[in-house]
Amino acid sequence: MEKEVSKFKSVFERITGKASPEYITCKACSRRALKDVWERNLSICPTCGKYRPMTAYSRLRAIFDEGTMKEFNQDMITTDKIDFPGYEAKVKQLEKKTGINESAVTAEGRINGIHVVAVVLDTRFFMGSMSSVVGEKVTRAVEFADIHRLPLIIFSASGGARMQEGIYSLMQMAKTSAAVEEFSEHGGLYISYLTHPTTGGVTASFATLGDITLAEPGALIGFAGPRVIEQTIGQKLPKGFQRSEYLLKHGFIDKIVPREQMKQTLYDVLKLHVDSRFTRRMDAI
Amino acid sequence: MIRDSLLEAEKIENRIRELRAEGKTENDQELLLLSIEKAKALRPCTSLTPEDKVYLARKIERPHIDDFIENLFTDFFEQKGDHLYDDDPAMYGGIARFHGIPVTVLGHRKGHTAETSAKYNFGMAKPEGYRKALRLMKQAEKFGRPIITFVDTPGAFPGIDAEEHGQGEAIAKNLAAMSRLRVPVISVVTGEGSSGGALGICVANKILMLEYAIYSVLSPEGFASILWKDSSRHGEACAIMKLTADDLLEAGVADEIIQEPLGGAQENPKRLYGSLDMSLEKNLSSLMQMTPEQILIDRKEKFRKIGAVSA
Repeated sequence: MEKEVSKFKSVFERITGKASPEYITCKACSRRALKDVWERNLSICPTCGKYRPMTAYSRLRAIFDEGTMKEFNQDMITTDKIDFPGYEAKVKQLEKKTGINESAVTAEGRINGIHVVAVVLDTRFFMGSMSSVVGEKVTRAVEFADIHRLPLIIFSASGGARMQEGIYSLMQMAKTSAAVEEFSEHGGLYISYLTHPTTGGVTASFATLGDITLAEPGALIGFAGPRVIEQTIGQKLPKGFQRSEYLLKHGFIDKIVPREQMKQTLYDVLKLHVDSRFTRRMDAI
Repeated sequence: MIRDSLLEAEKIENRIRELRAEGKTENDQELLLLSIEKAKALRPCTSLTPEDKVYLARKIERPHIDDFIENLFTDFFEQKGDHLYDDDPAMYGGIARFHGIPVTVLGHRKGHTAETSAKYNFGMAKPEGYRKALRLMKQAEKFGRPIITFVDTPGAFPGIDAEEHGQGEAIAKNLAAMSRLRVPVISVVTGEGSSGGALGICVANKILMLEYAIYSVLSPEGFASILWKDSSRHGEACAIMKLTADDLLEAGVADEIIQEPLGGAQENPKRLYGSLDMSLEKNLSSLMQMTPEQILIDRKEKFRKIGAVSA
């Protein structure tokens, strides 16, 4: 199979003189489409409409006005805090595979002109789990938003704590929650945007502390994983359990937002706050 | 494993009790020999592996919050319920006096028998439990009472109702609110402190750990299950998780370790109460010297710098 692909590539390259285009196959309908088409379509399958996880940078490109993004703390290095066997090697391997060096990307930018701070978790890196670097990046992004009086948007997508960092991972929950709470006390607007999957320590910290909580359709959102719950209670879980629609019904999110409406919805919410007479002017800088 | 030594010591202890019941005094030859035998049996307890400590931390005879309240506090007035939906038996608390000073005391509840353990859901709290804790803590702040929490849980309860009622949200709210409390908070990790379920009442100015208590990102079983898809490898997990009191002190999470009697707190609870009382008194009086703002900043800085990253 491998061989056939490479032969195909070489023929293509010989004829066109260009590198062969990259295709991505949809997991739901098995139809493939050009990577660029997926990207332009917000990682929604052009054939069947199924969502693929968006990478952190695609997400930021999709919400920010062109040329307005400035990333924070890109060089923060993940270290092996508890001498966990094989952790550093795994970090290196994932860096090479994904081109990102941690599961959180933090940045400032503009959404239809409104200056905001945004954090995106990327599940390609240790399932978006909370390492010390993730905790530190999130905390610094919140502190930046606080100092500069900017609205904050966090796109969560995480398996929870980073097991390989032990207790240090758990403590990031306290650190990030404290930062969000202080920001909130100062009157900052925080929009929490839950994407598939948001679980464990991220759910039990900053993801559920938003003033406005949005979610993507069909995202798994919960504290304990479905497998753990099934094992504990010894029964099958109801259909749709812990999905966005289920959480909406149980009163934990404000709105489920299809990806096509992401930027517009964020803008609408931001605008309502910017225009609020009794709120301080948020786009101060 | 330490289990066999403890069982052996327990057998000897039972025999000692019998002899005492028969009216034998301290000078009795057999009693003397037996106490030497018991000390010998406990000798392996002088050097414990992390797995041994996990075993001790979970021992059903270990003192729990009821015992601490009874022996270290007076005038306990229990407060029940989250006043929103339910009363969670896995979270216990109220107002009491510590050295005469009114404080709010709360923590995970565990039983000493199979029956009471099940009644308290093995210390696994639901959202209602965390919301009860929050209600008590906010009240403590309102009335200027210091807060003392006792942490002992295998984790927050993973169940359908717990998820439906917002387990994650409840814990997150506690972390956020605790980080801004303007009264002193001291947490004592007394047994097993596992995952967000432990952290949810452990955002404190000072964290004390009993010598054989553990505190970790997840239970060793959960850890092994996530990493290796095999919860039976929990022994291996114990060895690499860095979950003992010494590890936590090194990580800057724990501030102080409370020595336990040889073989664990259950061997001589009175002695443990003595050292815990002393440490709590010392820490509380130094925190009570601080202004509300200083207390808040002290707690914030403690957590801000754990596992800090440079650059």
